[in-house]
Amino acid sequence: MSAAAPPAAPVPPPTEPAQRRSARDSSASWRLSDRIGLAFAWTLGIGFLIVTAAIVLYMMVQGLRFIRPALFVTSPAAGFSESETGGFLDPLLGTIVVAAMAMAIAFPLGLAIAVWLSEYGRPSALARATESTVEMLAGTPSIVFALFGTLLFEQGALALFSRTNDGVVYGRSFFAAAAMLSLVALPLVVANVREGLQAIPGHVREASYAVGKTKLTTTRRVLLPAARPSVVTGAMLGVGRIIGDTAIIVLLLGATLRFNPAGDVPLLSELRGTGSTLTSFVYANAPTGEANQPTKAYAAGFVLLSMVLLLNVAVDVAARRGRRWR
Amino acid sequence: MRFLHPPPVRRLPLTGEQPATVVGGEAANGFVSAPRRRVGASPLAVERMNVDQLSIAYGPKLAVDTVSLPIRQGEVLALIGPSGCGKTTLLRSLNRLTELTKTASMKGRITLDGVDTATLEPTALRRRVTMVFQQPNPFPMSVFDNVAYVLREQASRRPKKRVLHGAVASALERAGLYDEVKGDLSHPALRLSGGQQQRLCIARALAADPEVLLLDEPCSALDPQSTQVIEDLIVQLREQVAVVIVTHNLQQAYRIADYVAFMYLGELVEYGPADQVFGSPREQRTAEYVSGGFG
Repeated sequence: MSAAAPPAAPVPPPTEPAQRRSARDSSASWRLSDRIGLAFAWTLGIGFLIVTAAIVLYMMVQGLRFIRPALFVTSPAAGFSESETGGFLDPLLGTIVVAAMAMAIAFPLGLAIAVWLSEYGRPSALARATESTVEMLAGTPSIVFALFGTLLFEQGALALFSRTNDGVVYGRSFFAAAAMLSLVALPLVVANVREGLQAIPGHVREASYAVGKTKLTTTRRVLLPAARPSVVTGAMLGVGRIIGDTAIIVLLLGATLRFNPAGDVPLLSELRGTGSTLTSFVYANAPTGEANQPTKAYAAGFVLLSMVLLLNVAVDVAARRGRRWR
Repeated sequence: MRFLHPPPVRRLPLTGEQPATVVGGEAANGFVSAPRRRVGASPLAVERMNVDQLSIAYGPKLAVDTVSLPIRQGEVLALIGPSGCGKTTLLRSLNRLTELTKTASMKGRITLDGVDTATLEPTALRRRVTMVFQQPNPFPMSVFDNVAYVLREQASRRPKKRVLHGAVASALERAGLYDEVKGDLSHPALRLSGGQQQRLCIARALAADPEVLLLDEPCSALDPQSTQVIEDLIVQLREQVAVVIVTHNLQQAYRIADYVAFMYLGELVEYGPADQVFGSPREQRTAEYVSGGFG
């Protein structure tokens, strides 16, 4: 039985440390249980790869079949046939608008929280509480944020941010959706920036203090530039989460596929009004949805998937560049 | 406040209590006759800092125990001693970097040109007493910006490049790096070699025009050749600034130091001219340490 065989691979000179053998050489001499474990790991790994690849490939094929340039420049419309229902111009713009607004909140806030947690951390009780709060946010399902958002933005005091009819605050708008979506992105920004800051050795900070710089200066001029890859990663992952979120959009942005402004002020009225994003467009056009135009859903899903994949590639590139601190 | 419960201090088993009789010269340590970087007597020395009855503790643990010594411009002072003897703590206390450690407490008085450092703003003090660390740690920016960072007011980006060029070049010159980098000052500092990075850190520390330069084992991460370059540099610098260097390397201390302070378990065991401390130490513990008896 080779189960307990000693490492039998030829090790040339006895004086040198044992040479690294290739995985194939060594696994043959492993114990049976280890080999079963290895086979299990490979099976699962390949299995997941196949599932993922199947989803991506299927969406690519379907998307490429149904995508037309015209879809990008026409607004959705009510209708019964493919030719009547228009494209996804409004949802595409909506996705961009909502992502920009949510990141405008989540990025500075997350950056500030991460810097405070990593560099100051005082008072420590508050820092610990903030830490667990951020972790809790990361674990909260977005539908819960959505529900909370509907309750919050229906308050009279927040009437400015959505449509109001006869004193009844509608509570659904780009503002409401972006505010809640920022909570989805916040933990990702905080975690990544913090990790980047903590990877910088302490003596780099001290080198800056030791030439008479304050903590704030050190953070701005030395630490954040050094942690830039992590900052970019955090921001991009945050954007990825935001553009992929559906629950908050459906509950808080409303069910209108087109921009539906509230009021007369040019830009503000659009943001106060309801609209859609690619996710809610897919949701509405899925076979189970109200609009039920699966080909449009495939095309929009393809665009959404491409955006997320591109973001992931960008994250990889950003992370690989310039991790120069030990 | 004095420490309420001074921790027990372990002492070496000494053979006799009387001041040690020391084995002379080569028998004690073979490198005493080795070539030295510094030649001749030290130039006229001016006292810049004075450490008076300094004690520092981390929580209940005493790291530096009532140490007093002067720091003079025109001399290189080397702090030697085994690991954990408090030399780095002493060095860091000189520009109040110890305050960054939450548990650290300090007693005693350190003066800079007669002024108690405790009364100075830490940022102002640290511009006058700058420090170079064990690991070369240039900031992730260009060679130029690394030095200009020190010259500019806190986080501001002013004055602009052109105005600062002279000062940056002179700091790089004093650190002996200018000739190697003058072709491309916008080169990323992290792509320099280890020895160049450390000289850039020295240039950075010199840019503020400090009165005292603290060096915490500046050569321990470097190869012998870079070490030699930096040692030459340190000896040259002693006329412009007071230099204090912490080193584990006795040969290095002997090569470059004018005065040597031997610390052991937080105490200053012996302080004196390098020739005396290495050649004929007064204390038994010093004799044992410099001859490789322990540490």
